[in-house]
Amino acid sequence: MDVYLPIANLSVNGLYIVLLGGLTGILSGLFGVGGGFLTTPLLIFYGIPPTVAAASAATQVTGASVSGVLAHSRRKGVDYRMGGVMVGGGIIGALIGAVLFSALQSLGQIDVVISILYVLMLGSIGTLMLREAVSAIRPGMLGKGGAQVKKRRHHPLVASLPYRWRFYASGLYISPLAPAILGMLVGILTMLMGVGGGFLLVPAMLYILGMSGNVVVGTSLFQILFVTMVTTMTHALTTKAVDLVLAALLLLGSVLGAQFGTQIALKAKPEYLRLALAALVLLIALRMLYGLGVQPDEIYTVVPL
Amino acid sequence: MRWPARLILAVLVWEGLTATPALAQREPVLVPAVSQSRIEVRQGFTGARLLLYGAVIDPAGAGSRGEDYDIVVVLKGPSEAVRIREKERIAGIWANAESSDFRSAPAFFAVASSRPVSEIVDERTAAIYELGTEFIQLSPSGEIDPEEQARFAKGLVELRQRQGLYQEDPGGVRIAEKVLYQARINLPSNVTTGRYTAETFAIARGRVLASATARIEVVKAGLEGQVVTAAQRWSFLYGLGAIGLSLMMGWIAGRLFARG
Repeated sequence: MDVYLPIANLSVNGLYIVLLGGLTGILSGLFGVGGGFLTTPLLIFYGIPPTVAAASAATQVTGASVSGVLAHSRRKGVDYRMGGVMVGGGIIGALIGAVLFSALQSLGQIDVVISILYVLMLGSIGTLMLREAVSAIRPGMLGKGGAQVKKRRHHPLVASLPYRWRFYASGLYISPLAPAILGMLVGILTMLMGVGGGFLLVPAMLYILGMSGNVVVGTSLFQILFVTMVTTMTHALTTKAVDLVLAALLLLGSVLGAQFGTQIALKAKPEYLRLALAALVLLIALRMLYGLGVQPDEIYTVVPL
Repeated sequence: MRWPARLILAVLVWEGLTATPALAQREPVLVPAVSQSRIEVRQGFTGARLLLYGAVIDPAGAGSRGEDYDIVVVLKGPSEAVRIREKERIAGIWANAESSDFRSAPAFFAVASSRPVSEIVDERTAAIYELGTEFIQLSPSGEIDPEEQARFAKGLVELRQRQGLYQEDPGGVRIAEKVLYQARINLPSNVTTGRYTAETFAIARGRVLASATARIEVVKAGLEGQVVTAAQRWSFLYGLGAIGLSLMMGWIAGRLFARG
């Protein structure tokens, strides 16, 4: 099924794109991550220009996080105050990201920066997840407590920030600067990499902010939902690289895939799921590292002036 | 071999005309035609096969001199200013390093000829008429030494050859009865839209005897055209549309998911 992508300016097999969206949808159903970290690199491997890939993946992540936010808000799993502060930081981050994006683009270094960021982020997070998953499976009995951290305390740096607010749903009395800065950093990454940043936000909210576990995923999805919306708009206004046809195909796949993902999640054991996700994340990181170190097929690239 | 009816008509019409330019008294005249003067890029576009055909008319009567002609067809896309970047290994990582600017790189360039161009004309003539990818006038800008410019130009040409955007087909033109010719050129799906020109040259004894130009328009049409126009002109509404689409699809999925 040949589909012409008007903004990417090339013809692709639409079925592959739907399948790719489906794969990330399965992941989001399985693990509660947006799956943008998988979409962007796979689209780039497929030959979609990196800018179009990052912009359209951000649009897909919006769609993928809507149903998650709805589900979590129904069972009061979203801290709106915390989420609002993080969205505020995230919007500032997206704007900073847009400036960085165009500066790197005019220097011709955007592609290599995207790749290096992917290797660093996915490599470190994949390693952490792998270690956690293995230690959860090995001791057997102790495995169930792997995800739950008993001693919940925020990082000393967070405690030193001024102007404390109460965040009732998260059970915290901390400065709003901490979640705002965290949101901003993720916003920058969203703009540059086309990822929602859930794989980064969730551990940071647990271990740095020390938020209560039952609102972490919902609040992270809430932040991702709004920041990817702003990112899509920023891309539409600045890089003009959002490909509606590409985004629609990805969305179609992820919508269907998420259904399968949740069904698998009900049957499979969580620690093995984590192990699989860790392996997948590391595999992509290694593939991108290989891509950076090996002589590329094309030494020359052409950009219009 | 089937010759399009339009061509035969064109030949008939031409032979009905008497007044011709001054040089046409002794030199042959080219009558070119194109299978499509407008190519529409729309959903499902996987490229186009362009048929460029026509006739070489000798004033003394078709084919009467018995001289062999060669035909070279050059199809050129719109020119644009480009920057070529070269990747180098820096600290173990392949990253863009040096770059070079060219003011007029055609987005598409294809040469089809009845024999290899080097057998038809000398290098000087080939360079004047741009009868080959190595003769494209790229108009380099900036102060870079010629050797480096040549390296970047070669990089550009080879890259676009692999993308199917620059082509050379020595043998892509067929001539029948020393009068009629036809050439096929494939446009890949990643072609740039804009105005294309097809120049046809009739060459004998290393000399260009006649030339003629036909224009082809490549446009994005239908939904595809509207998407591109919207993204460029109404960026804000386009962005809202993209967000709306994703919210709607996510919401519908959420409803289905909640029921299942």
